[in-house]
Amino acid sequence: MNLQITAPAAAPGTPRKLPRWLAPALDVATPVLGGLAFLLCWEIFVRAFEVSRFILPAPSAIFAKLVAEFPVLLKALLFTATITVSAFIAAVVSGIAVGVLITQHRLTEKLVWPYAVALQVTPMVAIAPLVVIWVGLDRVWLGLMVLAWIVAFFPMLSNTVVGMKSADHGLRNVFQLYRASRWQRFRHLQLPAALPYILAGARISSGLAVIGAVVAEFVAGSGAATGLAWVIVESGTMLDVARMFAALLMLSLFGLSIWFVMGHVQRLLLSRWHESEVSQEG
Amino acid sequence: MNAPRAEFLDAEPLVRFSGVDKVYANGTLALKNLDLSVRPGEFVSLLGPSGCGKSTALRIVAALGHHSSGRVERPGEGADARGEIGFVFQEPHLMPWGTVFDNVYLPLKLLGKSRAAAKAEVMAVLEMVGLSGFADSYPRELSGGMRMRVSIARALVTRPRLLLMDEPFAALDEITRNKLSRDLLSIWQASGATIMFVTHSVYESVYLSSRIVVMAARPGRIIGELDIAEPYPRDEEFRLSPEYAAHCREVSALLARAMNEAA
Ligand SMILES: Nc1ncnc2c1ncn2[C@@H]1O[C@H](COP(=O)(O)OP(=O)(O)OP(=O)(O)O)[C@@H](O)[C@H]1O
Ligand SMILES: [Mg+2]
Repeated sequence: MNLQITAPAAAPGTPRKLPRWLAPALDVATPVLGGLAFLLCWEIFVRAFEVSRFILPAPSAIFAKLVAEFPVLLKALLFTATITVSAFIAAVVSGIAVGVLITQHRLTEKLVWPYAVALQVTPMVAIAPLVVIWVGLDRVWLGLMVLAWIVAFFPMLSNTVVGMKSADHGLRNVFQLYRASRWQRFRHLQLPAALPYILAGARISSGLAVIGAVVAEFVAGSGAATGLAWVIVESGTMLDVARMFAALLMLSLFGLSIWFVMGHVQRLLLSRWHESEVSQEG
Repeated sequence: MNAPRAEFLDAEPLVRFSGVDKVYANGTLALKNLDLSVRPGEFVSLLGPSGCGKSTALRIVAALGHHSSGRVERPGEGADARGEIGFVFQEPHLMPWGTVFDNVYLPLKLLGKSRAAAKAEVMAVLEMVGLSGFADSYPRELSGGMRMRVSIARALVTRPRLLLMDEPFAALDEITRNKLSRDLLSIWQASGATIMFVTHSVYESVYLSSRIVVMAARPGRIIGELDIAEPYPRDEEFRLSPEYAAHCREVSALLARAMNEAA
């Protein structure tokens, strides 16, 4: 055999370079393959032990249910998604606004902070009935939104406050040296310094907004709320476990996509300068 | 002690401390009865043991700190005199979210100059510190020495009459330090600025300064001044000359006295 070695042998100790496209493909393929394997085991387990479908339906049954009930599930998802996204946006806007305001004056911070903490530590479940009464039973969606907002608000607020104070001391001296105005200091120092904190807060908030919307629906849930949480409750009372799983699946997919969108926004805004998003070369 | 250099004698001092005391809120007496004049064009080093109030004095000159009693005269008191003082800190303290250009442009931006109008000036100081090719780089993409150059460029961009430097090279390796010292001297001569330079290093101060002010600690005070009446430009040759060695011995002796008095 005539073996021709063209590539130089890799130096000992240097790992072989993977092709460029392979790394991201692996990032996706690994969890997907793992998930498929898990589903396969699940299917085999259910069939082998003939587990009752009222306890644990097989993945194939769940998938069949998902297809059959897709319009209903999609409508429920849209309802939950609307609540979640609007509560999240409200939390982002209000969290940043309040955070910025209270870091401009010491007194406002002293005034507002304890109440923000109080709002945070009071279980949402406990306030839910009150909120639902306040907004009126004919506008349950608004109550859900308020409750999800309450849950998502605090991480935005606290991260904004910490971020606004995180600006480098020496840089603050530079701004002072050139007698920067309060607005200049805010716009060119505090806000950019706070951005990584705000984005990290937004990522946490986005997850909490989903949880808030679902839990609020459980608590406030009557026939008036028609989101995924209600589908789960309803299916539970009907012992339609496959439908419960189908709704759960949609909920997780929705949560995941929010998580990824937020991660992408974070990368986009911080890509070139922040340590958390900069890949170490060499 | 040598007499002050003739060329600085006639000019009005740019900075004058008369009987300045500084007491921090916690009761530390950081400066006691400080008398110090710096004339235009001088390169004055403040040399002394740790804690003798060098940084404190420099921050008072920049109005980043306030003195407790005595009189302080400094440039940049007028309303439109912003940018007359540049300050280089021990760390570069750059904005990580901005490019090299953004960082150097910052003082001009704060003074209300548009980006387009400032472009030529920013590029000129970048050229001066040898970073013309790095305007679009981010600080994290630079070495420590390059970051310090950016910081120096930022301090120079307003063409300050007075440049304050607080141990700017302390965190750098010796090779980089020597190179930057040399560059600093040519920048100083080209710009005509006055420099107040804080350092721990006898050798650095002798190489750079036209005058060295030696301070002692507890309480912070001046215990002696030395003129380094050697001509500029000074090159590597100067570091090997007997005059240089003699000055270093003199300064070291004064510094030793400062340490003894404090002990
Ligand atoms: N913010 C502060 N509050 C209280 N005391 C301070 C403060 N800053 C400095 N001091 C004290 O004032 C004295 C002088 O400090 P300063 O930083 O001016 O010294 P330095 O000569 O610059 O020292 P080094 O060479 O270590 O930088 C020290 O005793 C220090 O403890
Ligand atoms: Mg100091």
